[in-house]
Amino acid sequence: MIRRLLKSVREYKKPSILSPVLVSCEVVMEVLMPLLMSKLIDNGIEKSDMNYVWVMGTLLLVCMFISMAFGALSGREAAKASAGFAKNLRHDMFHNLQTFSFSNIDKFKTSSIITRLTTDVTNVQNAYQMVIRIAVRAPIMLIFAMCASFYVNAKVALILLGIAPVLLLGLIIVFRYAHPIFVRMFKKFDLMNNVIQENVRGIRVVKSFVREDHEIEKFTDVNNSIRNDAVKAERAINFNAPLMMLSVYSAMLLISWIGAKLVVNDEMTTGQLTSMFSYTMQILMSLMMVSMIIVMIVISKTSAERISELLDEKADITNPENPVKEVKDGSIDFDHVYFSYSKKKEKSCLLDFDLHIKSGETIGIIGGTGSGKSSFVQLIPRLYDVTDGDIKVGGVNVKDYDLDTIRDNVAMVLQKNVLFSGTIKENLRWGNPEATDEEMIQACKIAQADSFISAFPDGYDTYIEQGGSNVSGGQKQRLCIARALLKKPKILILDDSTSAVDTATDAQIQKGFAEFIPGTTKLIIAQRISSVENADRIIVIDNGRINAVGTHEELLKDNEIYKEVYESQKKGGDQ
Amino acid sequence: MPPPRGARPMNREDFKKNPISKGLVKKLMSYTTGKYKALLGIVILCIIVASVTSVLGNMFIKNLIDDYIVPILKTKTETGAADFSGLLKWIRMVAILFGFGVIANLVQGQVMLVISNNVLRNIRGDMFKHMQTLPISYFDTHSHGDVMSHYTNDVDTLRQMISQSFPQMISSGITIVATLAAMIYTSWHLTIVVLLGTFAMIFLMGRIGGKSATFFMKQQASLGDLNGYIEEMVNGQKVVKVFTYEDRAKSTFDKKNEELCDNATKANIFANILMPIMGNIGNVLYVLVAFIGGFLAIECGLSEVITIGVIGSFLQLTKSFIMPVSQVSQQMNSIIMAMAGADRIFKLLDEKPEEDNGYVTLVHCKKEGDTLTEVPEEEALSFKRAHGGKESDGSTSYVWAWKHPHKDGTLTYAEVKGDVRLFDVDFSYDGKKQVLYDISLYAKPGQKIAFVGATGAGKTTITNLINRFYDIADGKIRYDDININKIKKNDLRHSLGIVLQDTNLFTGSVMENIRYGNLLATDEECIEAAKLANAHDFISKLPQGYDTVLTSNGAELSQGQRQLIAIARAAVADPPVMILDEATSSIDTRTEAIVQRGMDALMENRTVFVIAHRLSTVQNSKAIMVLENGHIIERGDHQSLIAEKGKYYQLYTGAFELE
Repeated sequence: MIRRLLKSVREYKKPSILSPVLVSCEVVMEVLMPLLMSKLIDNGIEKSDMNYVWVMGTLLLVCMFISMAFGALSGREAAKASAGFAKNLRHDMFHNLQTFSFSNIDKFKTSSIITRLTTDVTNVQNAYQMVIRIAVRAPIMLIFAMCASFYVNAKVALILLGIAPVLLLGLIIVFRYAHPIFVRMFKKFDLMNNVIQENVRGIRVVKSFVREDHEIEKFTDVNNSIRNDAVKAERAINFNAPLMMLSVYSAMLLISWIGAKLVVNDEMTTGQLTSMFSYTMQILMSLMMVSMIIVMIVISKTSAERISELLDEKADITNPENPVKEVKDGSIDFDHVYFSYSKKKEKSCLLDFDLHIKSGETIGIIGGTGSGKSSFVQLIPRLYDVTDGDIKVGGVNVKDYDLDTIRDNVAMVLQKNVLFSGTIKENLRWGNPEATDEEMIQACKIAQADSFISAFPDGYDTYIEQGGSNVSGGQKQRLCIARALLKKPKILILDDSTSAVDTATDAQIQKGFAEFIPGTTKLIIAQRISSVENADRIIVIDNGRINAVGTHEELLKDNEIYKEVYESQKKGGDQ
Repeated sequence: MPPPRGARPMNREDFKKNPISKGLVKKLMSYTTGKYKALLGIVILCIIVASVTSVLGNMFIKNLIDDYIVPILKTKTETGAADFSGLLKWIRMVAILFGFGVIANLVQGQVMLVISNNVLRNIRGDMFKHMQTLPISYFDTHSHGDVMSHYTNDVDTLRQMISQSFPQMISSGITIVATLAAMIYTSWHLTIVVLLGTFAMIFLMGRIGGKSATFFMKQQASLGDLNGYIEEMVNGQKVVKVFTYEDRAKSTFDKKNEELCDNATKANIFANILMPIMGNIGNVLYVLVAFIGGFLAIECGLSEVITIGVIGSFLQLTKSFIMPVSQVSQQMNSIIMAMAGADRIFKLLDEKPEEDNGYVTLVHCKKEGDTLTEVPEEEALSFKRAHGGKESDGSTSYVWAWKHPHKDGTLTYAEVKGDVRLFDVDFSYDGKKQVLYDISLYAKPGQKIAFVGATGAGKTTITNLINRFYDIADGKIRYDDININKIKKNDLRHSLGIVLQDTNLFTGSVMENIRYGNLLATDEECIEAAKLANAHDFISKLPQGYDTVLTSNGAELSQGQRQLIAIARAAVADPPVMILDEATSSIDTRTEAIVQRGMDALMENRTVFVIAHRLSTVQNSKAIMVLENGHIIERGDHQSLIAEKGKYYQLYTGAFELE
């Protein structure tokens, strides 16, 4: 998994390596300093040799500046490396996301994709920076300081060598105990956020059912359990600081007792004794750092896993070799097509679809919620792949087309329409980036959108808010139709795209289709009979099967379902 | 540019514009000190003990060398024998002292975490409780993301401050003062050197910190920009596919991504170089102390005053002086952020709750003849259960009633009928733009009243006034001849069932979601309600039937299925008045016909307000109100409105568009 992520380091390898190298130099300098210091005290101050003090002092200052420079440089490289790494991760994820088919998208929830691209990347970025700076720094510091302390005085250094593992062990035990509690706590935080989010979103439901107390109870439960877990986890973690203090103090006392004897016996100088205290701090602090890094890495582990999941997801619909780059005409052939969203066949949502549509035909599609209408049309531009059977467009199997070619030639207005923030023009250009103003106006006229757009003060330059919240449902649908028309497709599919448009306008849109794009094959899914009754043929879909195909009159005569739908809509009109 | 996700952390600039108010600190203190005075006392005591020990620990080297090693060396050269007994005694004493320090540190940590987690829990709990009392308008004017971030970002900043900054500030403060005292006591000459160096350090830190802050702001802005773009594209991913927009999306993304990387790099560079520079300034001071100390001792003949021990321990003191200074300045940032967070939290807590001066309450009554006697809900329910769902067995029946206390202390009970009347109602959401004008209408018990009109005409607004999500500006609304302002809000809402256009389901099983309508309902009653709403069939087909767990607003279900559950939820509540706001808009017409039968059963003997844009669903209403720009422009039943050949006729024949 980590190797997977590290692939995204790419051009930031140099700073990623440079940073720990520079940090190592910084550490060497830092470890040298107490050594020089002890010399300065012993040979300079103690012997009242001011010259020696100057020489050593200057040397020390040089060391410091080198250390400062290396430290700063390393910080700079680390910043470059981690920000760059995050950039590449986001880039790779987003680019991979763009290759996803509908079934890939269905697999991840949109909210989870967004979290992966945002919060998770930030977590990994922070951990990465931490690792290349401190994860290298701490062990190196540990080793060098240990070596230096042995160089100064092996006997005293043994004390440190004895205490360090005890501290490390203590830290590890604390961490091992606290980690699962933290994991549990993070899950509970998710739970709490969910309770809040549902409450805020459903506040009208809560208030109208007078369920405030019930909601408070729900919240109190999760809130208390977070508190209890947090207390448990922190209880363990808070042993770290006293443990550290205990180690430092014990080391100091032991060193001073043994050190004093050594000094008195002339085996050590007072300067060296002072330097030993510095090394004690350096060694124990770096141990503390190591434990902190482990925590960081573990926290970001979940994020890293989620990122690599998205990176590893392979698009299940890809371009064929030697793809066909041209769609001859708008004919569509379904040969015994079966389709299911899951790989299991028994849960098929399309069963044995066998259907042949001529280029330029207008086909109406009627069927209840969940009958399989949307699944049926989504197979045509190869948004999903069939489970069994073949689909041909213009006489060629859809699997043999270049993906962009087939999708550019099959325009589809989805049931869940989305407009993007930007002007109306910018939204229309989704259909065709090179569309001229005239073309846009023409498309909007067919889609019956020109009249309301012109009524806006800014006309075609009106800014659409995110999600299209500042236009009505019917206006949104018509803009989406116009956007699809601009592609000048061979096949146009409307998936329940005029539900919010009134019948009169709907009829005009149909008329426009017949008049301006007669050669385009049109598939129209609708709830309203009036939207499809003028189609060349109407397909009635029921429970994933084609129930009947025929004209309005034919179906009205001998199809029960169609009759029932017709009656349910007509009934109101008669009363 | 879309707004960044969640709340942006406040920076120094914001802070200058919006300084910490005294009230804020007071309020925050009341959360911490109020309930936990004793615990807090322990914490502060422990911090003092721990800091004093750590300062003494820094004097340790000086004492060791000057008071023990040097004298021992002296006696050794004089007498030839070294006596370590004094040293041992001293070490033992120091060990005890250190022991106290460690224990104090341990106790402080353990107690503080209880305080901080309790405080955070209380704040979250209070926020949530308070949020439940807020009027709908609060939720209209605050984005969900903002509300959420109070519980996450803002509380998090407080956690930082309470559990870290606060104890750290106290201990740093003590350490600084004690170290300073120790330094002056040890050598005032060297103290001056250290102080000067410290000022230089603080100055430099401010400069770099400021630079870093500006870039962090830029980073935050571009992060928000990129996240907004990601959110929009991911939400519209299927449209991106259909329009083969992938390459264009990629290039825009790359541009924004590059910009973020640029700003993030700069921001982090400044943050990263701060640490080594700070650390080394400490070291430079260290050498300066050695230089000047050595110089003073050797050249100026001050060796009596400035001994090796003095220099040695001063070196240590320098380090321990600089550490808390830099800690304090680092904590300043998180304190500022926490204060900003606290400010937002208290703003939520200070929001005015819904006003409710109602005193008329809704109760269960036993009705024998014409007399009503109040009974507990359980009795009414058990009667209903015993009689196969019926509320009456001929002579006695159980009904809802309004309990009306009068000024003279008497109580009257009136049966809930479901008679709703609006008299000349005016309304405006913001007090400026009027959305309803002179609305008068009446719904007699059991009547179905429909509202028809374009989006924004005021249909939903009227129903929102009936259940008092908003309060009317002028006019009055009477419910069973009681002014609704006199009815307690909760009881008023209890008596009104509602099915909204956007269904909101909660995480939990299907059964729990239906039971949301009436927490006392048995499983059988929930299933009964589901059957009534025609939801039973599809629920039975779900993998776990009624025990199927719904998550994220029932994403597993189709829009129509969610709507059916919402209808069942309203059915189980069994209220005398129902409001159906576009309840069937997302169900296909054939299913709608089936649902309609269930709804008809649901609507029987109830006053119902229906909003629908499919005219077929409202045609059988007793009265249809056609609304336009907040006015009722036509009213009457279907036939008379068609005969009138007005707006309704045009809508009906499709000459006008709804929405």
